Amino acid sequence: MPPTLSLATSRAPKSAPTTRRRLEALPVGIFLAFAALPAAAPFAGGEHLLTLGSRVMIFAIAAVALDLLVGYGALISFGHAAFIGLGAYAVGILAAHGIGDALISLPAALAASALYAFLTGIVCLRTKGVYFIMITLAFGQMAFFTASSLAPYGGDDGLTIAARSTFAGFALLKNERAFYYVVFVALLGTYLFCRALVGSRFGRVLRGAKENPVRMAAMGFDVYRFQLATYVIAGMLGGLSGFLLANASEFVSPAYMSWQRSGELIVMVLLGGLGSLNGAIIGSAAFLLTEEWLSGFTEDWKVIFGPVLVLVVLFARGGLIGVIAELRRRFGRA
Amino acid sequence: MPEAMLRLERLRKKFGALVVTDDLTLDVRPNELHAVIGPNGAGKTTLINQISGLVSPDAGSIVFAGRDITTLPMHTRAGLGVARTFQVSSILPGFSALENVALAVQARSGSSFRVLGRAAAEPALNAPAMAALADVGLAERALTPAGQLSHGEKRALELAIALAMEPKLLLLDEPMAGTGRDETTRLVRMLDRLKGRFAVVLVEHDMTAVFALADRISVLIYGRIIATGAPAEVRADQRVVAAYLGDEME
Repeated sequence: MPPTLSLATSRAPKSAPTTRRRLEALPVGIFLAFAALPAAAPFAGGEHLLTLGSRVMIFAIAAVALDLLVGYGALISFGHAAFIGLGAYAVGILAAHGIGDALISLPAALAASALYAFLTGIVCLRTKGVYFIMITLAFGQMAFFTASSLAPYGGDDGLTIAARSTFAGFALLKNERAFYYVVFVALLGTYLFCRALVGSRFGRVLRGAKENPVRMAAMGFDVYRFQLATYVIAGMLGGLSGFLLANASEFVSPAYMSWQRSGELIVMVLLGGLGSLNGAIIGSAAFLLTEEWLSGFTEDWKVIFGPVLVLVVLFARGGLIGVIAELRRRFGRA
Repeated sequence: MPEAMLRLERLRKKFGALVVTDDLTLDVRPNELHAVIGPNGAGKTTLINQISGLVSPDAGSIVFAGRDITTLPMHTRAGLGVARTFQVSSILPGFSALENVALAVQARSGSSFRVLGRAAAEPALNAPAMAALADVGLAERALTPAGQLSHGEKRALELAIALAMEPKLLLLDEPMAGTGRDETTRLVRMLDRLKGRFAVVLVEHDMTAVFALADRISVLIYGRIIATGAPAEVRADQRVVAAYLGDEME
């Protein structure tokens, strides 16, 4: 886009080029597809399709949050599953004590993840690069082993939840379709919030710190505080995802916070494309659907999935979202 | 003599066995352009790094506008009014030139802990940023990604970022390094125009530029200042000529 001459007369342009306001086709398409999925359920898969759709959206929430850290903050967290686990255990532990209402368990899930993110973030964010990856992994493993040793709450075996959370007494989540739409709203809210955050003053500092932290400090920004706040936000969204996951499966297990799970979340974000938020949603859908499909053929589906992932990373650097953009450039109006 | 804008007192810094700043005392007056010259390895960049807070001194004190800033982190010093450029241009390559400068405006206007509202559409940030870009002659390049600017333009952009911070003290680390003759002339003219708005510490090898711009010059050799004074005095100083200017001037 050629800069107009009017700029030379020091008039500020109405919008800068990095973020555009216009309604973008891709996210609209993604959310329309999710919204329409229940209508397709009676013809294909029924209840199972809804369960699968909910699961995709639940992981998409965690993946979008992780993209905030990895894609916009260059903070490669290898312990993001811990937040899913924390959110899930908040539901499970409260339920075990007879507290099954979301008005208590959801705030508890968010508060637990926020506190954990804050306390570990204080330490983790003092490190950079590979060390940050390792220390987030270490904290993730700590959470995993803590959960495994919670004997009163099932230990290794996990914990079955008697019933899905109620909302102020209403058994809203009991109906699979209603649950699906609650998850849909949660993902939409997460996406819109993260979208706004990225383009805000706050988000600009975060993105700036990814590009050049020394320059940001020289401008007067205490980068650490912004990164810590982002870490807490991403952690809380992970907790939200965990709250929903516990309700989806009516079961809580230490496996939710295993490092493999953290790795899968990173794979989802990479597969979809870093730093776009849309990519994280597409990535989690692609990952979970491929898993569903391949595991229908063989138990060792990862043997097939692994090489596919290598190919994506090698040949489609921008992830699936990069591929989509390329296809649109070649075959359609941009 | 007015109170100093910046006062370095008995500053010391060692890297291993190498003393890079050796018991250095220096005053920079309000609104003066104070050049620091000296051969390579004299410790000029390390000095700038200590003033801006990128490197902390081993001993001594840094007093800025009457306040001891020796132990303050870089971002706090920036907030107080210490701006700097880097020997190798330090910009946000993925941001547009305008956004680079708008961030500097944002740093000193209102909270940056706002997660709603598009920062890129805030006139309160963009207008001063455009003014700073216009000041350095980059207005037409406002929407160009900073990474795509030419070397000289990146230099100018760094200067615009510094200007947008409304500094009380500007630290320039070899702004002419690597620029062509025309660019250098442009930069000298620009600095000459900006000079007097705030105090400037200019580290530079281009002696023509230094003698054209400086109000006072300090000569730094092996981490020590061997002379400080008006350009004419420094040029006439026998120790300076022997140690440094002799080969630089002729």
